[in-house]
Amino acid sequence: MNRRTFIHKTALAAGAAFSIKPGSIPAQTAKTAKIVQSYRSDVRGKGGSPLGASIEKLLDTAMENYYQKKVSLVWTSLFKENDVVGLKVNCLAGKGLSTSIELTDVIIERLLQAGVSKGQIIVWDRLDSDLERAGYHIHRGSARAQCYGNDRLGYTSEIFEYGSVGSQLSRILHEQCSAIINLPVLKDHGICGVSVGLKNLFGAIHNPNKYHDSAGDPYIADVNMLPQIRRKVRLTILDALTPQYEGGPPYMPQWTWKMDSLLVAQDMVALDYTSWQIIEEQRRKAGLDPLKAVGREPVYIATAADNSYRLGTNDPSKIEIVQV
Amino acid sequence: MMISRRHFFKTGSAAGCLFMLGKTGLAAQKSATSGSDRNLVEARYYEKQPNRKIKCVLCPRECMIDDLERGYCGVRENRNGIYYTLVYGKPCTAHIDPIEKKPLFHFLPGSEAFSFATAGCNVFCKFCQNWEISQARPEQVQSFDLPPRQAAQIAAEKKCASISYTYSEPVIFTEYMYDCAVEGRSRNVKSVMVTNGYIQAKPMQDLCQVLHSVKVDLKAFTERFYKELVSGQLRPVLDTLVLLRKMNMWTEIVYLVIPGQNDDPRELEQMCRWIYKELGPGVPVHFSRFYPQYRLTNLPATPVQTLNKARKIGLDNGLNFVYTGNVPGDPGENTYCPKCKATVIRRIGFSVTEMNLKNGTCSRCNEKIPGIWS
Repeated sequence: MNRRTFIHKTALAAGAAFSIKPGSIPAQTAKTAKIVQSYRSDVRGKGGSPLGASIEKLLDTAMENYYQKKVSLVWTSLFKENDVVGLKVNCLAGKGLSTSIELTDVIIERLLQAGVSKGQIIVWDRLDSDLERAGYHIHRGSARAQCYGNDRLGYTSEIFEYGSVGSQLSRILHEQCSAIINLPVLKDHGICGVSVGLKNLFGAIHNPNKYHDSAGDPYIADVNMLPQIRRKVRLTILDALTPQYEGGPPYMPQWTWKMDSLLVAQDMVALDYTSWQIIEEQRRKAGLDPLKAVGREPVYIATAADNSYRLGTNDPSKIEIVQV
Repeated sequence: MMISRRHFFKTGSAAGCLFMLGKTGLAAQKSATSGSDRNLVEARYYEKQPNRKIKCVLCPRECMIDDLERGYCGVRENRNGIYYTLVYGKPCTAHIDPIEKKPLFHFLPGSEAFSFATAGCNVFCKFCQNWEISQARPEQVQSFDLPPRQAAQIAAEKKCASISYTYSEPVIFTEYMYDCAVEGRSRNVKSVMVTNGYIQAKPMQDLCQVLHSVKVDLKAFTERFYKELVSGQLRPVLDTLVLLRKMNMWTEIVYLVIPGQNDDPRELEQMCRWIYKELGPGVPVHFSRFYPQYRLTNLPATPVQTLNKARKIGLDNGLNFVYTGNVPGDPGENTYCPKCKATVIRRIGFSVTEMNLKNGTCSRCNEKIPGIWS
């Protein structure tokens, strides 16, 4: 697939509504959310698995274009040597639909280059078993980046509340990490519509099972309003290498496609909205009904954007997508 | 040393149970487990759906659950299209309690109940007293192995008249409860379920074949309350109460009176009328005192006069056995003969201090007092 075809096919069903400027670096205003989508046609090896070297280029390109700095400066501007950086991956679905290890490895490499020490990098998700199912190796200590689930350290004894939500927080997030990089996967969700950046942070609370009624609305927005979470998430890097447009959150290979992209954003609402449109476009191509018609429109995204939350924007006219 | 309830549940209950197991010769099983796959048991109430989905039909929520996901209760998981309970034989707390603590006032008074719970609950009450286990997933608490046969064995050895499934919500460990009740029957140990009543008819009917008594927490008499404070619905609970009546299951009702939330006299009157009409005058109703808990710490404790008023509403509407709860020493804790008004059972807190009951009748006037007395 050439670049033109790629842009035509993936960008975004509601493409006309977005301001798409391939290669451009838009001026950011307070009202504009920016998303950088990087794509490479050579991210896969012969077996179809992601190639670390290509993922590295994919990530570096995305980060340079998002922050408008050389990659060597990007990471040092984001993280200090004394930061403890949590990489919140999404591994529930196991191999095939989890945050790719190659991406996580490149991010770890960049953090190390920025001066963050190995033991101060924690790859985490809900359970050790979730991580292992996705191919991650559990490790604690300082010999290399750590990797473990919430079940290792447990949750705070204190309950944190916002709106409809009252939850104990992951001690990894609350007590260990000073900063979080959110690393969701682009996928359909059988109850909430889509599971992207906002939903991925359900992994930071002890009782996500209580918050799936009404397609996750307003619970997902409420979790993201918790200041203990909100103030630590510094950016979201969306793994859109092999997204899934139906049958999620479990891995259903018949409904995946090769998008070979990463999307970087700080405005998670804009990212979730954009991701939703990508999923909808893929569903349309596959002849599936829109999520609204099947009773799982991700209305939590609009809630997260509304005046009482202001977590970001879901207004396409305010979302600038840079494709590189 | 004062131990807070939270601290007790965090550290005491697992240890206490292990101590108990050790004393009864089961020390070899004391290794606490968390999140282990051992003893996975297939759930009994679910329907398979396309694409490895399942539909849970245990409780009124009817959760649709994708592969590798769990239901609202957090203790039942879909694995490759098969639904499993993660808490079968894995309680996280166990104690021997007076039966009055449940509270059951017309069921073997003065007896003890071997009481235990697993993690999890199918509602989300903002006033939950045991939220640290009820709102937790199995891997978030320390559990231990206690297969049904051993649970019944402990109850028998400790001379407990009953096993009580309590503290969290036994609906969510229904398979385990059922099998424990069967084992209990073989040892002449009865079984009591302390529940929110949020369960579908079929599993409740099945349980009625093995249980001896059910205490239902009727949390309010409005859908608003159930929606806002319980994350559930009232109607299914009322249906359960009617079903229990039809199945001739001995049932008592507890109503936790929360200031400003469910203490409107009109609501209480409506509820008492409904109980009288649908369940009859002999069903004991306990109006219990609320203390600030969990996510409702901004409310005051229930004034005792509110409880007395609620009790009067119940009596005025024809209910014969209306109690006040969580007010030790209050006269509303006693059982009075509906005919001669004599004190049939006198209680202080969870202790029975006087029994004037003869073969299930008032020893003064021979009026039959409903309940299970032996």
